[in-house]
Amino acid sequence: MTQSSWRMPRWFHQMGSPKWFYDFSGKMQPWFAVLALLLLSWGMAWGLAFAPADYQQGNSFRIMYVHVPAAILSQSIFIGMAVAGAIGIVWKMKVAFMVARSCISIGASFTLIALLTGAIWGKPTWGAYWVWDARLTSTLVLLFLYAGVMALNQAITERQIAGKATAILAIVGTINIPIIKYSVEWWNTLHQASSFSLTQKPSMPAEMYMPLLLTVLGSYCLFVLVVLIRTRTQIIETQSHASWLMQHKDVSGA
Amino acid sequence: MYFESLDTLWHMAGHGSYVWSCYALFVVLLSINVWHAKGQKTKALRQAKAVARRNS
Repeated sequence: MTQSSWRMPRWFHQMGSPKWFYDFSGKMQPWFAVLALLLLSWGMAWGLAFAPADYQQGNSFRIMYVHVPAAILSQSIFIGMAVAGAIGIVWKMKVAFMVARSCISIGASFTLIALLTGAIWGKPTWGAYWVWDARLTSTLVLLFLYAGVMALNQAITERQIAGKATAILAIVGTINIPIIKYSVEWWNTLHQASSFSLTQKPSMPAEMYMPLLLTVLGSYCLFVLVVLIRTRTQIIETQSHASWLMQHKDVSGA
Repeated sequence: MYFESLDTLWHMAGHGSYVWSCYALFVVLLSINVWHAKGQKTKALRQAKAVARRNS
């Protein structure tokens, strides 16, 4: 294979430019805000008031429409953070480190939501808020990993070193993701198998499945929105002396 | 609507407190995230404007 066939596409390198990323994300941000609001409102209203009750769990199954998106996002964001960190290390891209840093708080929030809503759902379903089940325990470990990444990132003042250290911890931490995913298959657990799969036909009827699809997509849009806002904030903080930013309408007001 | 009235929607046959508290948690925690992110951006922009004013 020739060297040129390994060359990354132009847009990939453009994304590494703080100015290009700032302008591009400024255009994208309102779209993700509208999509997140629409999809989440629609999915949550459908799941709360219009989807039929489950024949076994009754109405408590409606918790699924917020619990499952939170659980999916908690894992996806951690992988995304590790990928962004790896890009930062390999291509020495500051923006990639910023994206990885922007993933931490929203990822930790989704993990906390997954744990808390899971605990509340556990009470009417299993009779207990918490059991030391493999899925629950590995998700708790994920929350601790987010806390570790957050602490490490804030403890190092030099952003480039903080970015690298965060990336390494995130990459090592991804070992927990397959453990979470396959915990229900590898161990005897109370937790049910996945409700949502990209490769298999849904096991529930469309009127129960569609609201879940909407809240999952809406959660992804909300995640992207928060990452765009936080990355733009870091660009402003680190580029405040750059002439392009001083002349930008957001700063100059012109 | 699946429920016959707003009252049955609220109580959800005894599961209302579980379901509504989960939805409230989801909305509140994610709203805090967006609100905090926007607040930090406003603060950073204010500081950048101050730098630009000093340099002009």
